[in-house]
Amino acid sequence: MAAGVATWLPFARAAAVGWLPLAQQPLPPAPGVKASRGDEVLVVNVSGRRFETWKNTLDRYPDTLLGSSEKEFFYDADSGEYFFDRDPDMFRHVLNFYRTGRLHCPRQECIQAFDEELAFYGLVPELVGDCCLEEYRDRKKENAERLAEDEEAEQTGDGPTLPGGSSLRQRLWRAFENPHTSTAALVFYYVTGFFIAVSVIANVVETIPCRSSSRRLSREQSCGDRFPTAFFCMDTACVLIFTGEYLLRLFAAPSRCRFLRSVMSLIDVVAILPYYIGLFVPKNDDVSGAFVTLRVFRVFRIFKFSRHSQGLRILGYTLKSCASELGFLLFSLTMAIIIFATVMFYAEKGTSKTNFTSIPAAFWYTIVTMTTLGYGDMVPSTIAGKIFGSICSLSGVLVIALPVPVIVSNFSRIYHQNQRADKRRAQQKVRLARIRLAKSGTTNAFLQYKQNGGLEDSSSGEGQALCVRNRSAFEQQHHHLLHCLEKTTCHEFTDELTFSEALGAVSLGGRTSRSTSVSSQPLGPGNLLSSCCPRRTKRRAIRLANSTASVSRGSMQELDMLAGLRRSPAPQSRSSLNAKPHDSLDLNCDSRDFVAAIISIPTPPANTPDESQPSSPGGGGSSGGRASSALRNSSLGTPCLLPETVKISSL
Amino acid sequence: MGIQGMELCAMAVVVLLFIAVLKQFGILEPMSMEDSSDSELELSTVRHQPEGLDQLQTQTKFTKKELQSLYRGFKNECPTGLVDEDTFKLIYSQFFPQGDATTYAHFLFNAFDADGNGAIRFEDFVVGLSILLRGTVHEKLKWAFNLYDINKDGYITKEEMLAIMKSIYDMMGHHTYPILREDAPLEHVERFFQKMDRNQDGVVTIEEFLETCQKDENIMNSMQLFENVI
Repeated sequence: MAAGVATWLPFARAAAVGWLPLAQQPLPPAPGVKASRGDEVLVVNVSGRRFETWKNTLDRYPDTLLGSSEKEFFYDADSGEYFFDRDPDMFRHVLNFYRTGRLHCPRQECIQAFDEELAFYGLVPELVGDCCLEEYRDRKKENAERLAEDEEAEQTGDGPTLPGGSSLRQRLWRAFENPHTSTAALVFYYVTGFFIAVSVIANVVETIPCRSSSRRLSREQSCGDRFPTAFFCMDTACVLIFTGEYLLRLFAAPSRCRFLRSVMSLIDVVAILPYYIGLFVPKNDDVSGAFVTLRVFRVFRIFKFSRHSQGLRILGYTLKSCASELGFLLFSLTMAIIIFATVMFYAEKGTSKTNFTSIPAAFWYTIVTMTTLGYGDMVPSTIAGKIFGSICSLSGVLVIALPVPVIVSNFSRIYHQNQRADKRRAQQKVRLARIRLAKSGTTNAFLQYKQNGGLEDSSSGEGQALCVRNRSAFEQQHHHLLHCLEKTTCHEFTDELTFSEALGAVSLGGRTSRSTSVSSQPLGPGNLLSSCCPRRTKRRAIRLANSTASVSRGSMQELDMLAGLRRSPAPQSRSSLNAKPHDSLDLNCDSRDFVAAIISIPTPPANTPDESQPSSPGGGGSSGGRASSALRNSSLGTPCLLPETVKISSL
Repeated sequence: MGIQGMELCAMAVVVLLFIAVLKQFGILEPMSMEDSSDSELELSTVRHQPEGLDQLQTQTKFTKKELQSLYRGFKNECPTGLVDEDTFKLIYSQFFPQGDATTYAHFLFNAFDADGNGAIRFEDFVVGLSILLRGTVHEKLKWAFNLYDINKDGYITKEEMLAIMKSIYDMMGHHTYPILREDAPLEHVERFFQKMDRNQDGVVTIEEFLETCQKDENIMNSMQLFENVI
């Protein structure tokens, strides 16, 4: 219902008194109204800016936040006002909506921010008033387009990482679509580009007149006729390359039907087909005329450049999207041409020796005049003809000039969108890298906390002070949460490096338990390994990029995290083993060497070792990277006597 | 001959273009003198200010606060201070989306528009409301009689009543239960006249109306239905 309705309802109800004498049945009793306190002024405090309004104003729209009882959630009894921690500038527009019934869209604000505010206050975007509706919609559409491009780019997956296990076809297709992915693709890209250029130049040069060696001026041959073999060879080579490329693309295309119908493939076909047709056409005179015509189509090879040039593609896309404007231009031109040609014809009809022999003949004059070319091969001679001719040329300028700005603006918009898409892709990569960094930082901090927290009775207390980092309350709680998760699942966090190494590596420890490669699930006899959680087969990994850990110390380093936990036969079993001599490195902070090995648990639900994250040294003190990774399985059940977990820690 | 015909056309075109150019320069203004002056002058819409708050308080039975609240709502909807008939019809129709409330709104408008100037001012609005909400039974009945008496001659004829009845039934729309019959308004009018018209002279006077209504229990009971609207 519209805004004013709420105001007029009492009036409409009062006017119902007029029905009373006519009613044939007794009217129902009126609804009980709670003691209306009369109108009062409410104070709405939005981030410090106070807005005051009548309660009735807000009650006009009972299905919004401010109009319903939902606002009571924001009521601050101490100050007697409603406090909202939102943008006060945007709130102004929201409040004005209540007052005037029209929602206006702020020009200088981001449209998404505005949308979010609307969503918060319970206003539907359709309420935007007519005066601002168009602009709102345009801006929203623009935003949506941009975001859609983003997603599209992500989906096409132009990142450098290939999904594992892609077939030859997929790799080939990816190479074709994104030449920058591999060197071979780039080479192929440039080679085809070169051959396109060569082919086009050959076509052009073929027709230049060459002086024949005999110096007979009467006969000037074109180069193509003089060196037919050379040109034929060049043409053959180019066509072979194009054919090969086309067939390869056809093979690699994920959807062959769609590929066959695509524009680029059609251009390819048109570029190479004339050659083959020419091969099979016999060289007699009747057909050779057509054969010559076919050569014209060779020029379409130049369109193959559009794969190499983004600008060309944009131009093509623009023309496609401006189809309606172009159509309008064409239609209006045609109308004008016909009108003026007719007029000119009849104006010049009486003149002898006139060029305007028919109306179609006058078309040429009209077109030339309207586009202000003015060749001068046809000129009117009568006065009437000249008058109409001048009107024709004046109107021609107008008719052509009108749709052009629309096309230009379309082109500019699409071009800029493309630029923005590229910039955004680059920015996205940076953002992703930063996110990964942040994530790794968090996990490293957690792992370090574990180290420090778990090592209460660790021998070296002197080094700890340097390594301990002050943790905020948030961090503490977060770490506690992660710790709880670990305890719940009996798995621990380690880092990606460790995990990937564990995947490929055979275990280190010979004297420790049988360590097998992670992938194998042996039911090894005599496997005394006790594990905590046999059911935990899930592999949990929190992948870390090699972030802050200093990779300078390349070698493996083992870290003992189990010292403090050894005493508990609890699920969380870790053992510290002495460092393998060849695998140890001294740490700055903590000069312990630890050995870690991978254990696979022979229980039927074959456990796979889960990855854990190394904690790279977070805060102060620890200069080098201290990465500890625990890769292990733990299984519940039998008490862990010898939790022979061998951890491989690496930097 | 054809050539001369074309030349004639060409001359005509040239003359027309010449006139167009002259008009642009403002030198030639044929046959449009009267209209131009009006088009330049745009009168601002009429604005109306209500009488003072105290005066309205004496005229009506509303308190000051109520008047203030009413005026705020009124002014918000009609910044000019006047409600014309079309706006009124629009507003009233919003309450009855199923049917067509324009006819009844027309009658209502006339009932509220005491001085018959085609627009409801705030005074009319508030005086009407005062009668309807705070008035005595007598006053309310008189107001209703005024509503039914379309030509304000003091008598309700059958035709007037039929018009009113039809407009009320129009507001119901088509989808009713039971289905609305064509002669339902007429029947209703007959019943009304049977009840009200004492001397069976085909018209209902104000005295007959008041007398009958005051004797009817239903009507009396429902008179205070709408009192707590504000």
